[in-house]
Amino acid sequence: MRVMVIVKATAESEAGIMPSTELLEAMTTYNEELVKAGIMLAGEGLTPSVKGKRVRFSGTSRTVVDGPFAETKELIAGYWMWQVKNMDEAVEWVRRCPNPMLSDSEIEIRPVFEAEDFGDALTPELREREDWMRRQTEAGQQ
Amino acid sequence: MADQSTDTNAVRRTIETVWRIESGRLIAGLARLTGDVATAEDLAQDAMVVALREWPANGIPDNPGAWLMTAARRRAIDQRRRREVLDRTHARLGREADERTADAVDAMDAAVDSALAAKRDGPSVQDERLGLMLMTCHPLLPREARVALTLRLLGGLSTDEIARAFLVPEATVAQRIVRAKRTLRAAQVPFEVPRGAAMVERLDMVLEVLYLVFNEGYAATAGSEWTRAELCQEAMRLARVVCALAPQSSEAHGLCALMELQASRLRARVDRNGAVVLLLDQDRARWDWLLIGRGQAALQQAERLARAADEPLGPYALQAAIAACHARARVASDTDWGRIAALYDALYETMPSPVVGLNRAVAAGMAYGPALGLAMVDALLADAQDAAMLQQYHLLPSVRGDLLYKLGRLDEARAEFLRAASMTRNTRERDLLLQRAGQGA
Repeated sequence: MRVMVIVKATAESEAGIMPSTELLEAMTTYNEELVKAGIMLAGEGLTPSVKGKRVRFSGTSRTVVDGPFAETKELIAGYWMWQVKNMDEAVEWVRRCPNPMLSDSEIEIRPVFEAEDFGDALTPELREREDWMRRQTEAGQQ
Repeated sequence: MADQSTDTNAVRRTIETVWRIESGRLIAGLARLTGDVATAEDLAQDAMVVALREWPANGIPDNPGAWLMTAARRRAIDQRRRREVLDRTHARLGREADERTADAVDAMDAAVDSALAAKRDGPSVQDERLGLMLMTCHPLLPREARVALTLRLLGGLSTDEIARAFLVPEATVAQRIVRAKRTLRAAQVPFEVPRGAAMVERLDMVLEVLYLVFNEGYAATAGSEWTRAELCQEAMRLARVVCALAPQSSEAHGLCALMELQASRLRARVDRNGAVVLLLDQDRARWDWLLIGRGQAALQQAERLARAADEPLGPYALQAAIAACHARARVASDTDWGRIAALYDALYETMPSPVVGLNRAVAAGMAYGPALGLAMVDALLADAQDAAMLQQYHLLPSVRGDLLYKLGRLDEARAEFLRAASMTRNTRERDLLLQRAGQGA
């Protein structure tokens, strides 16, 4: 299964305080371990939410909201994508991660949807429309 | 102790997970120290038994890998003491063996000490998995044994899991593994990581085994959907491990690229009714773009390394380059068949097999017209040896059928599709061929 491993923000990360050399070194070693384990697919660190934007949806209206955003602990500071056998394996690897932040922090693990997980929501009609759009696109290319 | 969980069930699951993560390194480290794969696996499993007894009561240690290594070392010392008793009884017979064990235990002591001295979050045990892979993929072993031993010792798969994935009885797999370990011991195959040309040659054996595993998973001929996907994932994981441990190998990156690019199409290969969807008819929106990105990056790395070594691309990198051509085409009609045909020419030079020849003919047919493709297929058939090899290959009539169809020779095309349908064992593929035979009529 594929999981997204989400590093949650802290007051320091939101303030743009860079991690110490020691922490950077520990995280680099840990990232190397993930690569050597063959489970790492991707990963990035994110800038503080002050550089982010949100688009709010309400009916037909769209409102753009500039960062920073308030609920620090629910914000995302970085993520990995891992290919693991099950959630236990993901948990075991996260347990081995050095605290990615200078203060108390949290990492969240979320399985990625497989196509089958959409179940009945992706109806045959929706799939037909997908197919139709694809045919139009291809016809346009020819 | 980091975790004082009293939930035995949870601890047991954690131990299984730790085994999956640590067993490859543990066995590899022990194999290097004892020089024997069978002994190493026994010691590692004994250490797991101790963990199963102690962790539920004491909690999971902070550094499970080093803990297991220590337990394995204690076990080796126990064995040595037993041998000492034996030695006193059979003084002459036992001495030599005892000295070997003593050396191994000393070396293990040193390794464990340094592992324990390493800081908590650092690598727990020296990573010797590459050396172990070279052993489990040793040319002395039959192919099936290499596959089984590699999945067992480096993939952490159980004998039962391997048996189910390859649709053979568990006893057969167990026997292959036992015989393989015996062969390695009898031949005194040393635990080593050679350099230069010798390394390239040995590493090729490892890559071949991983590609065999991947193809077993990728081919729709055997096993349930679940085991097939698992096999592909495990082959890809181990290929990534090889890339990390042998970063200078162009072909390791080439194989990684090939697997990731092929696997990126796994979920688009079958439609919602379970029928096979050919590459050019696949919904490209359903391709796995994360894997495509990784595959393209790995291919670039393989190309860089080959250029730096002033060597041509190897067969895996060439096949990856072909797969990348398909991945680059946003829609099927964008496919750069000229480039694919050229890559097949290069591949045919390093791998002049009739199957590669057949694919080369298909690419040429797409790039320069069905007449040339058909001429190339028939040229292959003019070679008695190639023709004999292709005789049993159901894709031959299917390819000829397609080319004949495009040339408007419908009766001949229909006959070829029917022949192809009678040759495949895969029912989904047969349906597709019969449907094409119907169109040709």
